[in-house]
Amino acid sequence: METAGLKKISAAVRKEILNMLYKAGSGHPGGSLSAVELLVDLYYNHMKFNAELVNDKSRDYFVLSKGHVCPVLYAILAELGCIPKEELDTLRKIGSRLQGHPAFDKKIPGIEISTGSLGYGLSIAVGIAKGIKTLKQNNRVYVLMGDGEQQEGSVWEAVMAASHFKLDNLCAIVDCNGLQIDGEVKDVLNVNPVAEKYKSFGWNVIEIDGHNLDEIDAAYTKAKTFKDKPTMIAAKTVKGKGVSFMENVCGWHGKAPNKEQLEKALKEIEKSQSDF
Amino acid sequence: MVKTFGSKATRFGFGEGLVELGKKDNKIFVLGADTVSSVAINEFQNNFPDRFANVGIAETNMLGMAAGLAVAGFVPFVSTYGVFASGRPWEQIRTTVCYSDLNVKIGGSHSGLMVGPDGATHQALEEIAIMRCLPNMTVLVPCDVIETKKAVMAAAYYNGPVYIRYGRESIPIITEENTPFEIGKAVKMKDGNDVCIIACGSMVYEALSAAEILEKEGISARVLNIHTIKPIDKDAIISAAKECGAIVTAEEHQIFGGFGSAVAEVVVQNCPVPMEFVAVQDTFGESGSPADLMVKYGLKDVNIVAAAKKAVSRK
Ligand SMILES: Cc1ncc(C[n+]2csc(CCOP(=O)(O)OP(=O)(O)O)c2C)c(N)n1
Repeated sequence: METAGLKKISAAVRKEILNMLYKAGSGHPGGSLSAVELLVDLYYNHMKFNAELVNDKSRDYFVLSKGHVCPVLYAILAELGCIPKEELDTLRKIGSRLQGHPAFDKKIPGIEISTGSLGYGLSIAVGIAKGIKTLKQNNRVYVLMGDGEQQEGSVWEAVMAASHFKLDNLCAIVDCNGLQIDGEVKDVLNVNPVAEKYKSFGWNVIEIDGHNLDEIDAAYTKAKTFKDKPTMIAAKTVKGKGVSFMENVCGWHGKAPNKEQLEKALKEIEKSQSDF
Repeated sequence: MVKTFGSKATRFGFGEGLVELGKKDNKIFVLGADTVSSVAINEFQNNFPDRFANVGIAETNMLGMAAGLAVAGFVPFVSTYGVFASGRPWEQIRTTVCYSDLNVKIGGSHSGLMVGPDGATHQALEEIAIMRCLPNMTVLVPCDVIETKKAVMAAAYYNGPVYIRYGRESIPIITEENTPFEIGKAVKMKDGNDVCIIACGSMVYEALSAAEILEKEGISARVLNIHTIKPIDKDAIISAAKECGAIVTAEEHQIFGGFGSAVAEVVVQNCPVPMEFVAVQDTFGESGSPADLMVKYGLKDVNIVAAAKKAVSRK
């Protein structure tokens, strides 16, 4: 899909995220909004995945390691026809399939495994990628992590394993929005230079602007060409991207907008779309 | 109506207790893991920045560091959400903290179903089981914000590892400043002799409410608040079994291996009587409002009433 189409979908996804969180009354807008372009381009232009391929053995896999940002994933899965759009209104409500963190037992097409405890997704992705190699298949495996999440030691065990096992079918994306719950990542517990760390652990690293769809697209394409090494895409992003009063504000990590904030946010997104 | 004194989340008792301790004792050191304000240890951080460290999203490192601080002579308190305070670093707690009997205090906030919309990943329902099985560990589950503060103060000067389980949601305050609190000693909240409801944490309030309902139906229920799951108050449980002849336990926790199991261990060895268990029935929780979840998972006064009647009928 061309950039213009991806931009349109990104705007629709942003609006769905905000609507969903407003109706839920709780949840995580900041890290959902920072990952929109990264996931829209991945799902529309790179992953072998759609509503028909949900259980297909040849599908590509995606693991949402930072499970708290599931609204962005639910919105994309709804755009792709894997979840009825009306169901998005049930987020975080009792009896809903759309749990506050992705739940495998709710059988949502596209949710490969339950996540929500940070630091586990990369190990899972390494396991899937190793399994695929063992089966001599060609599926690719993608995993999205946060930059704060890099503080978990388990991430680095998986980083070592991925390069040791030469998992060139694995692509990790780190959403470097610079913020976590308690403040800026660099102040809480610095993880930078995260790109250099992955390089020294034997990974290919591609550094991009995580909201620039052309750069994102080129990075995923390039990642497929590397042999014998896993790839990490270090994506510089803005937490809360697209909503002026949420951008780079730590307080929007885990708080839903009220009615007034929702309307303001939706207007801004619509305006930026028509400007474009 | 159960007599209450307002309501407040127990996590604030943990935070307030730490600040008070910090003022009088410079051996108190607090560690957080990127959830500092949520678990209410931010006041300690503001007041005593030199004796505070945020380790980031790194709970296993946090427990290892706490062990080291204890070796260096401090009394370290760590706190984050219960799942990440007890489960994630469980083996650090077992082998590094408990085996060496270190003076590490663990605050497991956000316990139980009442965490609500975040769902099963964040609803800690197993900590009592996985903490009480550890040698040298003391396990405290206070019933309201006042008792939580007392538990923190007591834990600081109780030798060895202590796990304190508390929550995020506002719950009724049912004890007062002068209500006695001693680690290992049950508190009799209400007398009665047909059945004894033994509860911990948020379920003590539900137990009191259940006892009132039962009273109206002619069943006299005793209510015991057992805030110390380990070492458990055997004498209080044995007296309850002997004098009431039937026991119901109530906990916002998994049924297997938790509080009910701990009480049952005492009952079967000393004075077997009919027992019923009100707890989460071996299932994960889900997203939803705290109130809805407590109803759906059978953790309300009416569930205790039904269990009490069943226990009495089995006498
Ligand atoms: C093991 C674990 N510890 C703590 C948490 C609570 N938590 C949820 S989100 C978050 C911050 C995540 O920051 P980051 O990885 O940078 O994600 P983003 O900024 O993109 O939301 C924390 C600490 C958790 N979910 N899992």
